[in-house]
Amino acid sequence: MARPFTPKVVTANELISGDVIYLAVDGSWVRELCMALVLSTQEDADARLFEAETQPHIAVGAYLADVKAGATGPEPTHFREAFRAKGPSNRVHGKQERTEEVPAHV
Amino acid sequence: MYDYADFDDHFVRTRTAQFRKQVERRISGALTEDEFKPLRLMNGVYLQLHAYMLRVAIPYGSVNPDQMRQLAYLADKFDKGYGHFTTRQNIQYNWPTLSDIPDMLDALADVQMHAIQTSGNTIRNVTADHFAGAAADEIEDPRPTAELIRQWSTDHPEFQFLPRKFKLAVTGSPEDRAVTKAHDVGIRIVKRDGEVGYQIIVGGGLGRTPVVGQVLNEFLPRADLLPYLEAIVAVYNVLGRRDNKYKARIKITTMENGIEKIRELVDAKFAQTRPLFSGVDQEHFARIQASFPQPEFKSADTGAYDAAYATDPGFRSFADTNLDVHRDDQHAIVTISIKAHGETPGDATSEQMRVMADLAESIGYSDLRISHEQNVILPHVHKSDLPKLYATLRAHGLATANAGLISDIIACPGMDYCALATARAIPVAQNIATRFDELKLEHDIGPIKLKISGCINACGHHHLGHIGILGLDRAGVENYQITLGGDGGADTVIGKRTGPGFAYDQIVPAIERILLAYLDLRDTAEETFLEAYRRLGDAPFKAALYPEGAAGGKSHAA
Repeated sequence: MARPFTPKVVTANELISGDVIYLAVDGSWVRELCMALVLSTQEDADARLFEAETQPHIAVGAYLADVKAGATGPEPTHFREAFRAKGPSNRVHGKQERTEEVPAHV
Repeated sequence: MYDYADFDDHFVRTRTAQFRKQVERRISGALTEDEFKPLRLMNGVYLQLHAYMLRVAIPYGSVNPDQMRQLAYLADKFDKGYGHFTTRQNIQYNWPTLSDIPDMLDALADVQMHAIQTSGNTIRNVTADHFAGAAADEIEDPRPTAELIRQWSTDHPEFQFLPRKFKLAVTGSPEDRAVTKAHDVGIRIVKRDGEVGYQIIVGGGLGRTPVVGQVLNEFLPRADLLPYLEAIVAVYNVLGRRDNKYKARIKITTMENGIEKIRELVDAKFAQTRPLFSGVDQEHFARIQASFPQPEFKSADTGAYDAAYATDPGFRSFADTNLDVHRDDQHAIVTISIKAHGETPGDATSEQMRVMADLAESIGYSDLRISHEQNVILPHVHKSDLPKLYATLRAHGLATANAGLISDIIACPGMDYCALATARAIPVAQNIATRFDELKLEHDIGPIKLKISGCINACGHHHLGHIGILGLDRAGVENYQITLGGDGGADTVIGKRTGPGFAYDQIVPAIERILLAYLDLRDTAEETFLEAYRRLGDAPFKAALYPEGAAGGKSHAA
């Protein structure tokens, strides 16, 4: 029996800022994991990753990251993705310091 | 220090202008990421976990006050007000945007600095003893040799696409503070029958396969240095493996072929390269050497130092811990610890950089060094100026008296920043430093080297720590392996793994158990941790480390 598919999001780094970004349901890119499109089949995941790779003017190094369902949207399953979604643990920098001046959409 | 000639200035500015156009073409879509990546790496630009990172070379760790102020300016203007000094005498900015980086490189060129060959499969920033020109035991200042190598290796047409990165380090002292045996090529300035030459060590390195370098040539005459290095790198360029990046460093080439075979090939190549060097390089070397004159050390009463030492316990502690013996007995070498307890090892704020630059200018003969141990050194300070220096450092969080102690930890950026990391290193260092500060034991424990890497690439030199910590990802959680008995000194010893690793929340208690055991086991208060370990072996430390179940359920003996 095939292993159950782990839900995924498409993530990358934004070309200019290097910030972590995620693919949203409408094909745009967002900065918060909770706003990312969750992909629940391998076919969908592959198709959306392909779509992301056709946008090198926005996204660098796109790949699929495992997620699980959380109260406010997808949450990381691995600590590396947790740091990417939040920022470093030694300083309040990165997404955790984000002010409202930075739009959620890329 | 070396002052750029018109040629150097033109070269650096031309490279920066080229990179500006390359960035523009990447942003316009004319270059793909695959096309752009090698170009950005040649200029020190990485894409890390949260942002771009710019790695700026500080050749052989030397900076002058104007350069240090410019590093502070970059931190304020283009980053978040701080910079991170690394274990290879570089400074890294963690948050620049791609479009700002050409302006950063222009600002660096204004003070004769660059980020060229701080990444990629090229000859990297040449490092050297951070006490160069000041150490009492020095045979010769290694900086002119390092500068000669920097110029020879920069944009060397034959060595831009080596099998892997290639690191050189130079020391002029028998007490090796440049870790030469853990470099692809280590160069030790030696003297034979009154003649100064070089001992050449090859094939050292850390990473997933730590290897202590071997002597390739016991005594190389000075004039043969560049043709000999050219022969070594040329042999490696052909012989080094390109089929497997984990077997591509010269340490593996040397292990697979044997030192005798490498020597034979290098000698044969050297016979070809030697006639190509007409002696112009030696004339140039003489000019370089003349640009590193010993400062005219002042002579003055040192009573102020004696008085402060006698009356101020804080100053006394700083003097006992952070000063080293200078070749001039009225002067001292000062280590400014960038490791205040609980802070990130190697991070300096722009304000701290300016304070250090001002101090260097006013009382430090305008000379600053970045050590591979992630501290800043003022190599020449007259003893009468030390009380004033201490007071100023203290006002800016820079007077931590912990150089060479348990909280003077080397830590790589780890999972908090690095895209290659498998676990965090910085918070482990912060927590250990905070804990031993609370225990008020660090001065009692005395000299010890604790080094932490957040992955097997070993940027934190954990193999060479008297206590080393390696952070790994074990089944999706951070796990930390401990090694004991490593040493980066003249002999160079790779530490030995103790056994199963520890979970993130168990690593500080584990280190505490090792050190409490040491305090119990040492013969006298003078016996250091490393000496006790060498006398006793690892058994008593392992017994302390692994009381039943201490590693918990998260341990894996990989």
